Amino acid sequence: MNPLLAQLTAAETDGWWAGFQAFFVAPENAWAVSLLLVLIVGKTIPGMVSLLVWVERRGAALLQDRLGPNRVGPFGILQSIADLVKFIFKEDVLPGHVNKPIFLLAPALAVIPPLVVLSFIPWGANVAIADVDTGILACFAFSSLHVYSVSLGGWASNSKYPLLGGVRAAAQMISYEIALGLSALSVFVIAGTLRLHDVVMFQTDGLTIAGTTYDALWARILDWNLFKQPLGAIIFLIAGFAETNRHPFDMPEAESELAAGYHTEFSSMKFALFFLGEYAAMIVMSSLFIVMYLGGWTFFGVENLLTDWVAEYGAANPGWINWPLIVEAHLHVGIFLGKLAFLLWFFIWVRWSLPRFRYDQLMSIGWKRLLPASLLWFALTAVGVALVR
Amino acid sequence: MEGLGIQLAFYSFAAVTIGSALLATMAKKIVNSAFALMATFFGVAGIYGVLGSDFMAVTQIVVYVGGILILLCFGMLLTDRVPDEFRVRSPRRYVGASIAATLTFVGLAWAISGTAWARLPHITDGSAEALPTTALIGNALLTDYLLPFEFASIVLLVVLVGAARVARGGTR
Repeated sequence: MNPLLAQLTAAETDGWWAGFQAFFVAPENAWAVSLLLVLIVGKTIPGMVSLLVWVERRGAALLQDRLGPNRVGPFGILQSIADLVKFIFKEDVLPGHVNKPIFLLAPALAVIPPLVVLSFIPWGANVAIADVDTGILACFAFSSLHVYSVSLGGWASNSKYPLLGGVRAAAQMISYEIALGLSALSVFVIAGTLRLHDVVMFQTDGLTIAGTTYDALWARILDWNLFKQPLGAIIFLIAGFAETNRHPFDMPEAESELAAGYHTEFSSMKFALFFLGEYAAMIVMSSLFIVMYLGGWTFFGVENLLTDWVAEYGAANPGWINWPLIVEAHLHVGIFLGKLAFLLWFFIWVRWSLPRFRYDQLMSIGWKRLLPASLLWFALTAVGVALVR
Repeated sequence: MEGLGIQLAFYSFAAVTIGSALLATMAKKIVNSAFALMATFFGVAGIYGVLGSDFMAVTQIVVYVGGILILLCFGMLLTDRVPDEFRVRSPRRYVGASIAATLTFVGLAWAISGTAWARLPHITDGSAEALPTTALIGNALLTDYLLPFEFASIVLLVVLVGAARVARGGTR
């Protein structure tokens, strides 16, 4: 059952408003709340992506000491919408030499996996579309499908540069997935659960050193997995950059070597879908990093400010939608989005600050540095957990 | 297994699995076979999910769709020319294939009929709510089934060594 409903019971009053509330409160209508969340997340992500594209272009301009898009709307904020209109009205070219079914399927496969993963992310204490017990495993299962779109998109294009881009993408993603998975594994060894909600709670229950639990501010800060797993967090972040094909790992679409890599032959909305998929993957990777290392929706006790109000209202109005709970959900999501904004800005910051690696450097970083480092860190974590318990 | 929703989910996943499996075996192009296989794996994962085995469902996707099928696609990407008509149709192969298929079917049917299905708690006590299985599987793997578990990892090690040997080209 959806956690938003777990604290509510059925209503017994008349009127359409009461009926409306009763409908959402009834446990057998949990699907309606989930559907509502699906619609909200599904509609928000494209909006976030278009905002992110604008931030990326303005941020690039800022870092390179130029203006960037500043004509459409205030500060050029409507630029992405103008771009979208352009994408829609461009001719959708279907080259004659491509493998049609897969060529048409590849852009969709770029967008679907990140959107599926977003349904497992706990945005707040009671806000998750599907808070499944195998949380992180499910996230990795679906985010690993991203490689299909780039490799098969490149293959189906049936020309040289896209194929090279596709092969590079597949090799790169498979290589870095190992380091990514191993560093994530360390988090779950110390947290003792795969469920993302519990991983967040693990980072807020106070720091336990030698049997004593500290609850002061410094302990709350050090309770974040970022500080318990410093090396793991760095490895996860680097591997995450590689997984999302972002700078300095954007070899699959290195424009100076490969034209546009795997999406060279794609035009109009098909290209836009690849674009959307890349930015949605960035949002997914940042969200996972926040949940696993940055304490999710919590911010050193700020997230608990409304707990009393929620409990009082729930006790006074049984059988009604607990509106304070929804206000609290907004607070949690707000904290989460704040962290998300910072991490996404970090992605952009890195992109316009660092040069691209060479392909052999990329492979040697992945296999000779990150993989041994993550294995070592995993072993250290396991020994540490065994010693502490 | 009460409820129309569960029934509907089961039969649609079963239809996806069987339909795409047929497509995978009968498609003329190897690429289409691979894609149909992807749908088959998803269908099987869905059936695991419907049966209340969440960990198996996710592992199915991680291992088969995220691992094995990607290797298959990687093979296609790197092969110079994948012959579109890759099937050799000769009667002798039909004979071998039917024997293998029959044996597999008999083995599966024997295993299915011999399994005590009602052992899972959420089936025996009648509550439709499936329980998370991750912790149960972890405990079982590291206690009762430790030997098979470790044996599987030795098989993987042997495969790795063998692959390195083949890739090195023999004499070293």
